[in-house]
Amino acid sequence: MKKLIFGIVVLLFLFYYVSAQVQLPILNFEKLEPLLRKQNDTVYLINFWATWCAPCRKELPDIEKIGEKYATSKFKVILVSLDMPETLQSTLYPFLKKNNIRSTVLVLDDPDSNRWIDRVDSLWGGSIPATLIYRGKEKIFIEKQVDFNYLDSVLTLKFFKP
Amino acid sequence: MKKSMTLFLAWVSVALWAQVKVGDVAPSFNLKNIDGKMVKLEDYRSQKGVIVIFTCNHCPYAKAYEDRIIALDKQYRPKGFPVVAINPNDVSIVPEDSYENMQVRAKEKGFTFPYLYDATQEVANAYGAERTPHVFLLKKSGDKFIVSYIGAIDDNYKDASAVKTKYIEQAIAAIESGKNPEPSFTKAIGCTVKRK
Repeated sequence: MKKLIFGIVVLLFLFYYVSAQVQLPILNFEKLEPLLRKQNDTVYLINFWATWCAPCRKELPDIEKIGEKYATSKFKVILVSLDMPETLQSTLYPFLKKNNIRSTVLVLDDPDSNRWIDRVDSLWGGSIPATLIYRGKEKIFIEKQVDFNYLDSVLTLKFFKP
Repeated sequence: MKKSMTLFLAWVSVALWAQVKVGDVAPSFNLKNIDGKMVKLEDYRSQKGVIVIFTCNHCPYAKAYEDRIIALDKQYRPKGFPVVAINPNDVSIVPEDSYENMQVRAKEKGFTFPYLYDATQEVANAYGAERTPHVFLLKKSGDKFIVSYIGAIDDNYKDASAVKTKYIEQAIAAIESGKNPEPSFTKAIGCTVKRK
């Protein structure tokens, strides 16, 4: 009986410990790629970023606002973090919490980037921030810092024509 | 409306800085080294080539490659392919990439090669450097230098021991045996060059 109680206590402790930690999916490119190729009527905004990248940190609140503005449209923001997986507990997770990031966040861990950069977009040189906006076959790729007005005009001009 | 859309899309898809291509004559440069002396490409005329690397102090990808850049210089300087590192970042955007901080970083790490400051991004623009680190391997040909390889140092920024292909070493071996490097162009994730 004592053993059983001890076991339950240990399990409960483990459960609380694990659930207290944010855990995001860590993907290689093959696992990520289907998200860049969805063939439906939703507009996807895929932003490649990292917490150590200053222009990425600057544009993120604007991307969040865009997500809010188009929340009722067929629109989805996916933030693909290139933070190094072994630093997530000290960098990415506190950053997401502090800045109250609501968009979907994934971690891409695939160091052989020459293999997959062109598969995101052949125009991409490899610097971040970089943003892909697509719906089916229509797409726009932007390799620079964006802001709310810029994204808003891309979305209204190209994807959500009034 | 249609016209503004076309202009807008053209603007989105055109790269802002044309990049030199493999086979082009390498743009010259004359930049201040961390020891206060000017270093120019023509100073290397007696070499077989130059490994020009756009890099900086602050970028985690650049930092991840510092030890490997030092190793490249130690291995290839005696063979006629020395490293020349160039920091192209605007200091008002990234204070950590100042000239003084370049001196500090070079001393801390024991850089064996010149570390030049391209304060106006003139050289980065001439080469079309997009990110740090970004390598342009030059081959001496007559009295000129020819761009022979553009891209990454190797295929794993994170773990030097897990590297499968050492692009620079492979490219130099090709040049040494009179062949063209293959691949001659690779891409890699890196930090943007911080232009004014």
